[in-house]
Amino acid sequence: MRTDAVPGRPPWILVLPALAGLAFLVLPLLGLLVRAPWSTLGTRLVQPQVLDALRLSLLSATLATGLCVLFGVPLAWTLARVPFPGVRLVRALVTVPLVLPPVVGGVALLLVLGRRGLVGGWLDAAFGITFPFTTAGVVLAETFVAMPFLVISVEGALRAADLRYEEAAATLGAGRWTVFRRVTLPLVAPGVAAGAVLCWARALGEFGATITFAGNFPGRTQTMPLAVYLALETDPQAAIVLSLVLLAVSVAVLAALRDRWVGTA
Amino acid sequence: MSEGLDARLVVRRGGFALDLPLTAAPGEVVALLGPNGAGKSTALRALAGLVPMAGGHLRVDGEDLRPLPADRRGIGMVFQDYLLFPHLSALDNVAFGPRCRGAGRRAARRAAAEWLDRVGLAGYASARPRALSGGQAQRVALARALAVEPRLLLLDEPLAALDARTRLEIRAALRRHLAGFTGAAVLVTHDPLDAMVLADRIVVVEDGRLVQEGAPADIARRPRTGYVARLVGLNLYRGRAERGTVVIGGGDATLDTVDSPEGEVFIAFAPSSVALYRTRPDGSPRNLWRARVAAVERHGDRARVQLSGPPFDAVADVTPAAVAELELSEGSMIWAAVKATETHVYPA
Repeated sequence: MRTDAVPGRPPWILVLPALAGLAFLVLPLLGLLVRAPWSTLGTRLVQPQVLDALRLSLLSATLATGLCVLFGVPLAWTLARVPFPGVRLVRALVTVPLVLPPVVGGVALLLVLGRRGLVGGWLDAAFGITFPFTTAGVVLAETFVAMPFLVISVEGALRAADLRYEEAAATLGAGRWTVFRRVTLPLVAPGVAAGAVLCWARALGEFGATITFAGNFPGRTQTMPLAVYLALETDPQAAIVLSLVLLAVSVAVLAALRDRWVGTA
Repeated sequence: MSEGLDARLVVRRGGFALDLPLTAAPGEVVALLGPNGAGKSTALRALAGLVPMAGGHLRVDGEDLRPLPADRRGIGMVFQDYLLFPHLSALDNVAFGPRCRGAGRRAARRAAAEWLDRVGLAGYASARPRALSGGQAQRVALARALAVEPRLLLLDEPLAALDARTRLEIRAALRRHLAGFTGAAVLVTHDPLDAMVLADRIVVVEDGRLVQEGAPADIARRPRTGYVARLVGLNLYRGRAERGTVVIGGGDATLDTVDSPEGEVFIAFAPSSVALYRTRPDGSPRNLWRARVAAVERHGDRARVQLSGPPFDAVADVTPAAVAELELSEGSMIWAAVKATETHVYPA
């Protein structure tokens, strides 16, 4: 006799695809762990080209995240708080890099900021600044693909935030900049942080736009994903080691995101 | 130059229109009393600069505030659910206003500490809003609004979010602080008791319009709309008075009175002055009618009996013992009576 209202066992027509999907997601990661050259892992990790790529990846991803926050937060605020004609179109444009193949993004960047690009040519002529095939180019490519993550996350937080706190601040004599700095920003801080982490993870894994726009020069523009791809042809063991490092970083980011923001927000 | 608040607030939002004249002298507390959706809070938000005015005027101490944005009006506001900034301590919440008005960090915090002390929360300076009880949060919100030394203080349902017992204490404390406040104050409430206790003058708003204005005692004694009459617990009818008799309900019924006004009048009497009988009583001439019991409900230590017409609806308060004795139940017919001396008649 049944004592509670729990329905019968879950239908196999749902359970089987679920298990298959899970296996599909987890097995490649397990494969990476199984085939890893554990005995030589230590020595391979400290090889100069690995360390160079890792250093460059962490540096460029962090700088790109900084740029995303610097420009993305005001952009998100404008989209959420300033009613202007065409706001829906602008919002759609902001999300384009999200669905655009990164290689296309790289080509587009090259056309605009390349040495002969629309803006790049002028920058080169006037200031002698060039982006393609430099570390700065890596940062720009990563910023381009990562910024939508931050804008979407922060705009969502801004829309969810209670506007009346801003009204209360206004009655206390706070102008709009003060309201933003002392009330709005602290209230959406979890959203900014979550967006920044997503940004950073996306920038760290960036491949297509980077290799198209910045090339593949060890020590200068060769980030971890590029190094993995290159190593796969010459030294598969090294590729596995580099992949493991990226996997470890991703898992760490995911864990941080879960505990700090996703769980409490 | 006129001191205090002098305003006519005209706000249009969709199908709703507010047009409310409103004045408050320095040191005076004016309560806006009205049902939900009457436009009380909209009026307050118009004063604060949080909704645009479609017309009218707004002056405080002679200065035209209408062109100024909210942050430059010098008005303090206590919000219904306080809206203390959750990321700031109680002290920094109170110091927020002085900081925005140009005080240095230390001066602002010193002033804030004084205000917290004044509302009896000196020990809670470092507490975050979520650690405060409802009553404490209300006092911090009051301190925060007063710390900007406003010329006009606005309070939006300042007691509505509190439970019944806290409400009593906080109402008494709020009354003390309002008494010590030298500027004009406007309070929005839907609770007549809050309005009676806290305000020097009550402005009754219904459907965006002023329907009655006066001292609390006057409002309580001489309600002019059904809403106010229900609030203050009186039976109220409009009619024509002639030689001590008031014809109400378009001639369906009359009530005798000892008051003297003639012509268009209101006639009011308290539910407790209505006597109920199972059979037609004999004796002294009084207003007597046959009524149907529509409902019997508990009302404090009395029972409130809703009587429905014809000839007219009324409310009677009797003891629970009387309910049993009269065998009152919904739908039963009884006799109701009010002495002429218990009615109060005043010009409409």
